[in-house]
Amino acid sequence: MNPDLINFIYLLSATLFILGIKGLTKPKTAVRGNMLSALGMLVAVVVTLITINDVDFTYVIAGVIVGGIIGGVMALKVQMTSMPQMVALLNGFGGGASLTIALAEYATRVGMAPSALVNFFDPVVVSSNIFGEGLVGTIAILSIGLTVLIGAVTLTGSLVAFGKLQELIKKSRGLPGGPIGNGLILAGALFSVYLLANDPGDVAAMAAILSLALLLGLFLVMPIGGADMPVVIALLNSYSGIAAALAGFILGNTVLIVAGSLVGTSGLILTQIMCVAMNRSLANVLFGKMAAGGEEIDADEIYAGKVTSAQPDEVALILETARRVVIVPGFGMAMAQAQHAVRELADAMEKNGTEVEYGIHPVAGRMPGHMNVLLAEAEVPYDKLVEMDRINPTFEDTDVVIVIGANDVTNPMARDSEGSPIYGMPILNVDKAKNVVVIKRSLSPGFAGLPNPLFAMDHTIMVYGDGKKAVVEMTTALNQA
Amino acid sequence: MEILILLLALFVLALFLGVELITKVPPTLHTPLMSGTNAISGITLVGALLAAGTNGSPALVNWLGFTAVTLATINVVGGYLVTNRMLAMFKRK
Repeated sequence: MNPDLINFIYLLSATLFILGIKGLTKPKTAVRGNMLSALGMLVAVVVTLITINDVDFTYVIAGVIVGGIIGGVMALKVQMTSMPQMVALLNGFGGGASLTIALAEYATRVGMAPSALVNFFDPVVVSSNIFGEGLVGTIAILSIGLTVLIGAVTLTGSLVAFGKLQELIKKSRGLPGGPIGNGLILAGALFSVYLLANDPGDVAAMAAILSLALLLGLFLVMPIGGADMPVVIALLNSYSGIAAALAGFILGNTVLIVAGSLVGTSGLILTQIMCVAMNRSLANVLFGKMAAGGEEIDADEIYAGKVTSAQPDEVALILETARRVVIVPGFGMAMAQAQHAVRELADAMEKNGTEVEYGIHPVAGRMPGHMNVLLAEAEVPYDKLVEMDRINPTFEDTDVVIVIGANDVTNPMARDSEGSPIYGMPILNVDKAKNVVVIKRSLSPGFAGLPNPLFAMDHTIMVYGDGKKAVVEMTTALNQA
Repeated sequence: MEILILLLALFVLALFLGVELITKVPPTLHTPLMSGTNAISGITLVGALLAAGTNGSPALVNWLGFTAVTLATINVVGGYLVTNRMLAMFKRK
């Protein structure tokens, strides 16, 4: 096929991706947007299949079948609570795909037979311009080295993120020296890229990039705790896009560059949003502990004798007379699989004439938008899901706030206590409401390791126990009333 | 060289376009946005097909190509299906 025509069709599919993302700006147009994006993918793949010739199709067909089955089963079976795990895996696979493309392209150009791997450290003798003349050749080999680097970091980093989200990996230990250790590995990998660019036949340099980058991904994500996962997933999402764009530079392929850049920026913007919502810099999330600042706060001193607790049916009595209720969900709601129970409670209150809305903090859950998807699954209409900046001014007119499985994002110390490690983090001002009901297993601290003075306030009632069970009991009591 | 400059221009413009587009996506749809962009990053399938190797390629290239095709297909199929599943939940009512 005429190369101009091929590029024209790639342009068409890039346009469809752009329209697809544009569709995602409104819930109403989002399904159609996703379809347009899928159509763009189909067009790009079909035109590529027509173009390539002399290809051993056994491998291609086998790959499409295996990948199609795995992807299909994952997509249809995954529970909405496990969506962060799924996205973490997809990030990793995206990085892995770019990584293997770069390696395949390298092996093809260098003409590396498996036997070359035996004499691993003997550089394959190649002419300096196998990747192109002059600067073009340098850029091509640089792209290969960098794609391997970023692709490998994305791959192992995402697998560790998956392991943590799935609670297969419980330890949060990193490399001794933290950022310095990681920095040294990165420097080593970049130096190997430089060596490779100088001598494209230097197979050992390629092997060094690969192994150092695989290690780097491991050590980067290993020390990061569960509540910081939204940032990590968004960042790895971005890396997978950047790796795809770089692979586009290797192959001189326009649609890879455009699609990769869009994914790369998407991940970066989400990373930025998550960091702002935690009032922390990216470096602090990746390498820092929560700032070990301020005077030691004694939890007992805050809680002693001031915490009121109640049974779910007592709470139902308060809910019965409330005009406006705001529900604030956190990761605990996902853990308890309580989203359907919460919707039923909201239904019962609405039947009673109460106005119900949901206040969603940007970092609630384990990935951006996690709570929204869970509540959408429970058939909560999306216009009831209100973001932080819009719900905060309404708390003063709210009779009851029900906090379920959220902690740090409601901690008034972030607003009032200047010495506190979380001071400055934007929170949901639930303490401004007339009554606050907190459903929680115990008074144990959240991820920040801090006591929450909200729990000890006069107008706060603690309901201890399993989130789902407590909510179901409230609903039953309310319906009987 | 000219082509390289064109590709770079495309890259930079796409980055800016990405910023304009993504900042307009509401927080409610951030999870589908991520899985949807996972699917789009499956565009590496095109690269995988191009790099999959010819009949005469060393076995190593063929196996790398197979891996790349498999991983990219998981992203395309898994990404679009799961995004569609989520968005359908937002659409109803």
